[in-house]
Amino acid sequence: MKEIINLPVSNIEEEEYHINMGPQHPSTHGVLRLLVSLQGEIVKSLKPHCGYIHRGIEKMCEKDTYPQVIHLTDRIDYLSAHINNHAVCLLVEKALEVEVPERVKYIRTIMDELARIQSHQLWWSSFGMDLGGLTCFFYGLRDREMILDIWEETTGSRFLQSYNCPGGVMQDIHPNFQKKVHAFLKTFKKKIKDYDRILSGNVIFENRSQGVGVLSKEDAISYGVTGPSGRGSGWSCDVRKTEPYSMYGQVQFNEVLRYECDTYSRYMVRMQEMHESMNIIEQLIDNIPEGDHSAKMKAVIKLPAGEYFQRVESARGELGLYVVSDGNKTPYRMKFRTPSFSNLSVLDHISRGMKIADLVAIGASLDLVIPDIDR
Amino acid sequence: MDNETLKARILEIAPDAQQEENKQFLTLLLPAARLHDLAIKLKNSPDLAFDFLFCLSGVDYIKQLAVVYHLRSTQHKHALVIKVKTDDRVNPNFDTVCDVWRTAEFHERETYDMFGIRFNNHPDLRRIFLEEDWKGYPLRKDYIDEVNIVEF
Repeated sequence: MKEIINLPVSNIEEEEYHINMGPQHPSTHGVLRLLVSLQGEIVKSLKPHCGYIHRGIEKMCEKDTYPQVIHLTDRIDYLSAHINNHAVCLLVEKALEVEVPERVKYIRTIMDELARIQSHQLWWSSFGMDLGGLTCFFYGLRDREMILDIWEETTGSRFLQSYNCPGGVMQDIHPNFQKKVHAFLKTFKKKIKDYDRILSGNVIFENRSQGVGVLSKEDAISYGVTGPSGRGSGWSCDVRKTEPYSMYGQVQFNEVLRYECDTYSRYMVRMQEMHESMNIIEQLIDNIPEGDHSAKMKAVIKLPAGEYFQRVESARGELGLYVVSDGNKTPYRMKFRTPSFSNLSVLDHISRGMKIADLVAIGASLDLVIPDIDR
Repeated sequence: MDNETLKARILEIAPDAQQEENKQFLTLLLPAARLHDLAIKLKNSPDLAFDFLFCLSGVDYIKQLAVVYHLRSTQHKHALVIKVKTDDRVNPNFDTVCDVWRTAEFHERETYDMFGIRFNNHPDLRRIFLEEDWKGYPLRKDYIDEVNIVEF
């Protein structure tokens, strides 16, 4: 007994040791493994190990035609499925110089913004849960259900819709669409105040997020941290503003920027973005013009030989699509520049010197979706 | 800066760059040896200021292996594509640019993983998605995997 008491405890504290966070860990939101070097509970460095759900989507794309590729893009970032589909369609339409009907642009923009709201809702839910507030998870999922119901009615699917197709959308919107979107907006405008009441002004939450994981604007640009995470560092990187596509050039909305550069800042950007998204939908929902839901396209789509690039703003940041075509019906090379992949690369840099509990908060604030990293 | 001025300005720094046809971006093919040198100048010259590397991809052109760098300046809003190619399929290598743009560290690891292109002076060049003992480089056009890839 005496020997145990005399163990040199202080030496253990000073030693550096490694723990594996994941691949099965609730706060990594999927199968990601972080090899964390710790001293006490201070993070010295960490190495992300990816690839647990690498499916080789880029290789599969080389065998698939462009309309088939759309179904694979759903599976990259499943929370921004609409937006990923949109990117492929825009690229194909740009390459073939097809002008889509106005109605399609309206529908696509509304769907994109609904996708952004439901993605941010799920992010908010899991953010709260990661920090120990289980109520958030129920609130967020409850409200997200309304958007999934709207999608189910119009697209036939709740999660992986594959609703966009080159030239337009698969089928016209359901007659109830506008009514249901209005109902959602009315409900969610009330509910989002609860969100702020639960987390945004909560002292415990503020203490755990303010000053944690500071990412300067220069580092955000150098690491390519785009989307709400980049805008939380004061970097104006919203593709909807810098390179407007579909209806984004014609609607009024603010690019949300915050300058505190910490976890709280990234949190607040997303909270305000939900308001902006609702604002965009409100401007469009009553003005959807009559017309076809799709432009006439050839049965077999072949892109002229050359290189194409398309950027869109997904819920997590800038999604880049780089296609090399040799004139065939399948892409010669298709590369997805996914936002989560770049956002993950900064995790080591901003969590050094923080506590391991802070690492959970930082990871949640970057809003990583693992299939988006692994592809 | 528009594409013509940009081209003239870059040709000042790298006279042996060749323009490739591309409707969207100014695309320049560069000798591999000049890559790192030009990268530093592209980022640090105040009138160019290409601070955001928004895509880094490997491409297998069968005869050659290429790496494509998509660059943008957040300040001046102009964009540029730099390409480097090599004939060497056994031991292809380029200089790393991850000391210039930090995001390149992960993207270069991915390119190494999928194409077997090595990046000299990279701090941590390991496979990123596949296991360490994986044989071959899947995104190369001559990659054969009879078990996992079903040909139709």
